[in-house]
Amino acid sequence: MSDVVITTHELGKRYTLGLHGHGYDTLREAMVQAARGALRRVGRRPSRPSRNTLWALHDLSLTVRTGEVVGLIGHNGAGKTTLLKILSRITEPTSGYADVTGRVGSLLEVGTGFHPELTGRENIFLNGAILGMRRAEIRRRFDEIVAFAEMERFLDTPVKRYSSGEAVRLAFAVAAHLEPEILLVDEVLAVGDAAFQRKSLGKMGEVAKEGRTVIFVSHNLAIIQALCHRGVLLERGEAVADAPVMETIDRYLRTLERAASNDLLERTDRDSRGYEESLVRRLEIRDASGGTPDVVVGGRPVTIVVHVTEVVPMMECRLTICNNLGQPIMTLDSEVSAPTDIRDGELGPCIECDIASLPLLPGRYRIDVLLKANRRVQDGLQAAAFFDVEPGVMADRPMPASGSDGDVVLPHNWRLPG
Amino acid sequence: MEQLTQSGPEAAGAAAAEAPATPETIRLQPTRGFSRVLSPRELWRYRDLALQIAARDVTVRYRQTALGALWVVLQPVGFMVVFSVIFGNLAGLSSEGLPYPLFSLAALVPWTFFANALLLGSDSLVANAALVSKIYFPRIFLPAGVVAAGLVDIGVSLVILFVIVLAWGVVPSAAVLTLPLLIAIAVAAALGVSAALSAINVRYRDVRYVVPFAIQMWLFATPVAYSSTLLDEPWRTLSAINPMVGVVEGFRWATLDTATAPLALIAISAASAVILLLAGLAYFDRVERGFADLV
Repeated sequence: MSDVVITTHELGKRYTLGLHGHGYDTLREAMVQAARGALRRVGRRPSRPSRNTLWALHDLSLTVRTGEVVGLIGHNGAGKTTLLKILSRITEPTSGYADVTGRVGSLLEVGTGFHPELTGRENIFLNGAILGMRRAEIRRRFDEIVAFAEMERFLDTPVKRYSSGEAVRLAFAVAAHLEPEILLVDEVLAVGDAAFQRKSLGKMGEVAKEGRTVIFVSHNLAIIQALCHRGVLLERGEAVADAPVMETIDRYLRTLERAASNDLLERTDRDSRGYEESLVRRLEIRDASGGTPDVVVGGRPVTIVVHVTEVVPMMECRLTICNNLGQPIMTLDSEVSAPTDIRDGELGPCIECDIASLPLLPGRYRIDVLLKANRRVQDGLQAAAFFDVEPGVMADRPMPASGSDGDVVLPHNWRLPG
Repeated sequence: MEQLTQSGPEAAGAAAAEAPATPETIRLQPTRGFSRVLSPRELWRYRDLALQIAARDVTVRYRQTALGALWVVLQPVGFMVVFSVIFGNLAGLSSEGLPYPLFSLAALVPWTFFANALLLGSDSLVANAALVSKIYFPRIFLPAGVVAAGLVDIGVSLVILFVIVLAWGVVPSAAVLTLPLLIAIAVAAALGVSAALSAINVRYRDVRYVVPFAIQMWLFATPVAYSSTLLDEPWRTLSAINPMVGVVEGFRWATLDTATAPLALIAISAASAVILLLAGLAYFDRVERGFADLV
């Protein structure tokens, strides 16, 4: 039962940065460059534009045995998805090698290859084939797939008439009935409504129990913790921890905090999508007195201040507060504006978010931030700041002292029989 | 019918049939030289997907357009009408003594197949970017699926061609039996060129603007509107390096019962098509591994 199914040996993947945008990616430019290059060679001035390269994976050596359920944890850009892409043969490594034994099924995105013009039935066959199922196999499991998706009535309707939830349900149902020896899953469980999510999670748990090997990537540490036994922490393309899942999660949370306490501009795991007119410099949590305490009190007013490098027209900001397992609890989004929102020309290079009464139970929380301007994402950082909440008073009612019954507390009143 | 409670080895039956007792180990490493496309084993393993992709392309084309199958017929027939008026009547081009409409339609049927395969095939990888960057499969199935779907189109337009030819009172000779060979030459050339173009298109996105123009040029370089007899020897025979020359002249001979068989043209075009196919596949193979990073 403990055969090795995946071995990677000093696996590396190098990407060339700025290929799109900075390099030449039209034939016209390529020809111009080639002509210039030829001229330059004549003029004996050899100058090759040095391109930035990035090792998305670096010397990664890992062994996975049959039946293991491994969670890959790490920041954006740590190499998790790259590893899955190499193992599922979508892309080739630049150095080293990986030996993979058995059929690999990869769920890097639910519904890949769904065609809107085809009916549900046709898409089941197409999608199954794309995922690597044989036609006979799909036919055998067809009814099961349809039942799982609860889509019996719409089988002969083109998928373009489905709601997005329905399409996703059907896609996941197909994927869930894949029977590979090795299953690679990337962040696909967060689909559909809550009931379907529970069902999907149950299915994933089943797969794991059946003794198949699963490698699982998610930012949701609670799901990782629930499904995986072993956790591998990737940082800048290298495995920095490989241990039982709880240990790795703890280690990851500590690295998150370290990253948050540093200057945010030094972080490389940002999601800036090429526009970097303005970056998040620092996040600050202020209490009513304007100080920046280490601990804030539940129920009291707080202000979250996002310091940015540049004031750019039409700035918007989104803050997502997550609990200590990385589960998002609430999102505060300036794009969804209220009449009381203010644009202040005197404010300077920062964005402030006032919370009149912090509705959080005691515990440790983190803030993810997404900065937009000119209708484009400028910067995104996970775990931009951490803060601890102490029990306080919410609407004259003392809060529970621990957050074991949820994370949020609301102002409320009871009416009880006398 | 359904065996829902299957488990273990039986449920994995199809997979187990291919990979018996011990599943094989695949080593994933940087490849040099040729790797996947030309590996028949790899293509065979994914044969179901090849069929599904071709079926998708056919279904979508015939369902999506309001005119459906009519559209497929309209294209060559429309060109036939235009060509007949401009080249046949106004310019008075020679049509080897055949009625000009038949003369041009017999050439337009394979040409339309070729032109569409190039146009859609060159875009096939970029159009399926989501697939290419999320799932592994032999990428050649994307341009190949377009070409295969085109075979349905040429089948439909052949029927129309025969209807019009017979209605005109022309009866094709036994040469009609060479049609499958001629179509095979067109398929080889179309696949070779569109595989190469689709691969270049991934790297250089402006290729898609060049392709329609190149197809136009290719049309005039091919004796579709005119007869290749306009060229003097040895240029006429040499022109068959363009594989569509042999196909087009062959189609006329096969469907219109022209007197002389253009056998030399067909032979040269066949050789040229095979070379184009191999070169196209070889180029595709060399750059295939980078597609997911570029798309």
